[in-house]
Amino acid sequence: MDAVEVHRHSFQRNRDWYIDQFVQHLVFLAGISAIVLIIGIFFFITKEGMAFLFGDVSMSEVFGSMFWEPSDEDAPDYGILALIAGTASVSGLAMIVAIPFSLGAAIFIAEFSSGTTREWLKVLIELLAAIPSVVWGFIGLSILNPLIIDLFDVPVGLNVLNAGLILGLMAAPIMTSIAEDALKAVPDRYREAAEAMGATRWQITFRVVLPAAKNGLLGAVLLGVGRGFGETMAVLMATGHSVNIPGSVFDSVRALTATIAAELGETARGSEHYGALFAIGIFLFVITFVINLSADLIVRGVKES
Amino acid sequence: MSSDFAIAATNVNFWYGSFQALFDVNLKIRRGKVTSMIGPSGCGKSTFLRSVNRINERIDNIRIQGSIHVLDKNILDPDVELVQVRKHIGMVFQRPNPLPISIRENILFGYKIHMSTRASKRQQDDIVEQALQQVLLWDQVKDRLHHKATGLSLEEQQKLCIARLLPIKPSVLLMDEPCSALDPKGTEAVEELIWELHNTFTILIVTHNMAQARRASEECIFMLMGKVMEHTPTQEMFVTPKKQETADYIEGKYG
Repeated sequence: MDAVEVHRHSFQRNRDWYIDQFVQHLVFLAGISAIVLIIGIFFFITKEGMAFLFGDVSMSEVFGSMFWEPSDEDAPDYGILALIAGTASVSGLAMIVAIPFSLGAAIFIAEFSSGTTREWLKVLIELLAAIPSVVWGFIGLSILNPLIIDLFDVPVGLNVLNAGLILGLMAAPIMTSIAEDALKAVPDRYREAAEAMGATRWQITFRVVLPAAKNGLLGAVLLGVGRGFGETMAVLMATGHSVNIPGSVFDSVRALTATIAAELGETARGSEHYGALFAIGIFLFVITFVINLSADLIVRGVKES
Repeated sequence: MSSDFAIAATNVNFWYGSFQALFDVNLKIRRGKVTSMIGPSGCGKSTFLRSVNRINERIDNIRIQGSIHVLDKNILDPDVELVQVRKHIGMVFQRPNPLPISIRENILFGYKIHMSTRASKRQQDDIVEQALQQVLLWDQVKDRLHHKATGLSLEEQQKLCIARLLPIKPSVLLMDEPCSALDPKGTEAVEELIWELHNTFTILIVTHNMAQARRASEECIFMLMGKVMEHTPTQEMFVTPKKQETADYIEGKYG
């Protein structure tokens, strides 16, 4: 037969077009709602804290005084200096603990291990990252506390050392994951080139991979710092929760976050104390925002170059 | 064994997992000559090249049998130290792969790894200049030695990759399609460079480009399906190939 089959062409929208539009809008809604929620939270915190920030208490007192006595009925004090010192000392010690651990683990996983060892280690690291912070706090309270008292012969084991160790162990898994990603982002042909020139594993790692990944590693460390500032429950349980500028690692301290967690439930809504806690919230929000943003920018810089 | 040969492979069989890529390869590569390896994709020429400095062993699950003597030492012997193998056998890759450090540090990389004594700044300067002069790159880059090597053009990068092998004075250079990422001008420049170097080094070069093999090599090896089909002086191969498969391949009947 030489009859040519005639195709019927339609240039109308079909069902696929409608499905496509529907999915596009759905995804847009999901994406935009995350942003809306974050902005909403920010506005809420700011609104609650603003009355305090522009109220009777001067900012120089808030940042300059080391006395946090908000429930004193005659002359409440809202100095957060000691709280900042508490958070900073615990986070600082945590980083001293976490940086060598996590970078070492990341280097081992990415550059030295292979096959099943690597896979098992990665799973274990993920598992560590999944331990709830209250469990870490519990470990600090019931294991590290007596251990520190015995080992160093100090009266209290809930102190900067305890919380720093706990927080360091908490931050290490996530830092390891991100650092490992940064190492893995280094193209393999660099390793191959160096290996073909006769470099050993360690020489390749130290002279080629680490310099190439340094921004990503810095990003990992910064995210760990951000985690340290924001962590609440474990810090509340392990620091001893006493307002204090620490003179040594064996002093108890109190963190900004723990203060909010412990006191917010007991304040009258709209009171000065309530506002002060929200002002601390704003302060924390700004700090972690700056840290995370710079970490993000640094990591992004790696991907572009 | 005669020391006329820089590389002597005897009965080399090679497997990727259960796939056999080389079958009883016997080859003798002459010292101080440029030898090219041609053949269609998957014929095993790169596999052989990458066995000579054992960079193949980066991949898991490979197996090799036979012996490959380089400078009268079987590099497959268990007592051979890979670092030393790679010090004596330099490699240039298909895609230029300078390290993401400065031009100067790229040149000094191998030197710093292999030389136990620390060179003074002055000596290092000399090493860098000499290596870059040798690959005809000095004039272009002498004012930006501290710039990142990855910012150079592909042709310059590939020349740099050759230059960085020179300070450790290897005796064999392996080149895995060194011009395939370059434009015709870059190809010409790198080929000229290879020709410049061929008296000092034994050069084994894998290429897809038959014109290049013809222009830039003295001996030519044709491989097919993991086997060596023919190994003759280049002119002979292109003028009077002995085997029908060789004739068909160089006429472009398959590739």
